[in-house]
Amino acid sequence: MQQIEKHSLTDKLQDTSSGTRPGPASGVSRGTLGAFLTHIRRIRRVVSERTIVCLIYICGVSAVIFVFGIFFFVFREGAPFLEHGFKAKEFFLSPDWYPTSATNKRYGILAQLVGTGSVTLVAMLVAVPFSLGTGIFIAEFCGKKTREIMKILVELLAAIPSVVWGFIGLMVMNPLIIKLTGAPIGLNVLNAGIIVGLMSVPIIVTIAEDAIRAVPDTYIEAAEALGATRWQLVRKVILPAAKSGLLAAVLLGVGRAVGETMAVLMCTGHSINIPFDAKVPFFHVLESVRTLTATIAAEMGEAPRLEANADGTYPTEALHYQALFVIGIVLFAITFVINITADMIVKGIRRKK
Amino acid sequence: MDGNEHTKNLFAATDLIHKKLRAQRTVKWIFGSMSVVILIPLVALTSYLIIRAWPSLTWDFITDVPKQGMRSGGIWPALIGTLYTVTFSLLVAVPVGVMAGIYLNEYARESWFTRIVNLAVVNLAGVPSIVHALFGLGAFVVFAGLGKSILSASLTLAIMTLPVIIVSTKEALFAVPVTFRMACWNLGASRWQTIRTIVLPNSIGGILTGIILQVCRAAGETAPIMFTGAVFFKFVKRGDLFPYKPTEQCMALSYHLHTISTQVPGVPESMLYATAVVLLGFVLAFNAIAIVLRTRIRNRKKW
Repeated sequence: MQQIEKHSLTDKLQDTSSGTRPGPASGVSRGTLGAFLTHIRRIRRVVSERTIVCLIYICGVSAVIFVFGIFFFVFREGAPFLEHGFKAKEFFLSPDWYPTSATNKRYGILAQLVGTGSVTLVAMLVAVPFSLGTGIFIAEFCGKKTREIMKILVELLAAIPSVVWGFIGLMVMNPLIIKLTGAPIGLNVLNAGIIVGLMSVPIIVTIAEDAIRAVPDTYIEAAEALGATRWQLVRKVILPAAKSGLLAAVLLGVGRAVGETMAVLMCTGHSINIPFDAKVPFFHVLESVRTLTATIAAEMGEAPRLEANADGTYPTEALHYQALFVIGIVLFAITFVINITADMIVKGIRRKK
Repeated sequence: MDGNEHTKNLFAATDLIHKKLRAQRTVKWIFGSMSVVILIPLVALTSYLIIRAWPSLTWDFITDVPKQGMRSGGIWPALIGTLYTVTFSLLVAVPVGVMAGIYLNEYARESWFTRIVNLAVVNLAGVPSIVHALFGLGAFVVFAGLGKSILSASLTLAIMTLPVIIVSTKEALFAVPVTFRMACWNLGASRWQTIRTIVLPNSIGGILTGIILQVCRAAGETAPIMFTGAVFFKFVKRGDLFPYKPTEQCMALSYHLHTISTQVPGVPESMLYATAVVLLGFVLAFNAIAIVLRTRIRNRKKW
């Protein structure tokens, strides 16, 4: 019985695919034509297998190609600005962003950098404590059933599109903030910070939970054997052991917050403004700001892409479009560094394990 | 508790134990309420949106075209446009993503190159959506000459959502035991034969989950399609299933929500909420399917 089964499986394999070694050729007995056909068929199979393996290799490296492609094409569009209008000091340190001014076009992104920074800061103040708390709760304090439900809810939270978050900020949070704080406008750092914070909760919770569960069981058993309660175990053993993983989780949350576009476009109020000054409380969360991402999203539609003149120079109106791509490069660089750092931390943990 | 009693009853709870147990309970309570606070918005906001949207949430709203400059009518062209971009992006992202997943789990060896590929996948997932939009604009709209079209938008979405499919395929393949492969190799099958006849059929559920999640992401994203193919308004006949050509621009649900809530004054509130609810419902429904699928696979696993 076993032998028959094995045979039929072998036949099936030879039947359905290319077999790199010659099996008991069933075509031989059918005469020369049959043998020839079998031969052709086998060649075709080998060739098609080669093609598909080749395709697999190409697709395998596609991610690398795309990452380079993203950098290349964003850089390509922004390059003329880097060549002609770009002064690093003015670009990064001036808050004057007047790309469409008729007489005096200025491109300074300090206000947007600070805007992105302040929204991210508030978002992390909201997200980090709650996410780490939730991560610890899911990983260590609740039963299996609760854990499953919580993880599903976290996943659903992650699924909400950013434009819907933006809509919530605009329609729900906006009047709420005006009512609660008496601010003249509810679209501000606080609003965007809370929304973006909620948006980065899922990624922090997921990675933090993974990091906590990656702590070796022997550590936990040792602590339990000494009579530690769950909380002592978490505080004295798990948190120190999982600390770099938790850091990676927070970093990825920061990356998410920096790159968020639609929600901040709709919730920040979109005015060029630096919400810090010397007056108490120094950081004014009830002021509107504008972020890097929102600047691109809002202005790209109106910035025309103009070709170079015959002598290789560009009309000054073209610089706006190119400057927006340079902002894109800045964003790409920021998130690239954050992601690489987080990845290295995570990989480091895995290697130690 | 004095010393004598303590020696008599060696295992009775001391003050110290009481204290640490109390601390434990407090902390559990704190962390538990933290998680509840985080998850409340999901439930509360969803129900709030549905309640506010209820007056407009009719079948007519879904199948009708926008009228009076978006101030009445429905969302049909946007809904179909979203289906278009999602379908086209699936056509690109699924083959490439699944094969990349196969490469990473089945063919790639431990080397610096594989590390770079993995790093690229992580980075691709972490690049802000607006940078993807710039890439789509620079590469597909301008360089490839596709113009602002469904094709450009779908390709941009496909590249953006690729990591979702790659990672879930990789994980699904990884879950198939090595012994299965060994048994197959021992019968003389080549690597690809093994993958096709043994590995893929045993991991199809996990791969499908990834594909469904990709649909969710692609449907909800706004930024990448803003400059690559989404349009403010396009005339479409009511209930028309094939109103767009791939080289045309189209409306999209996410972009439609953005424009009517920020750029069109005087849209009735319930219509805004209804649009948000349709988009949210679409995404959450697909996500729920993915979750159910995954749970069923996990329970039915044969090994």
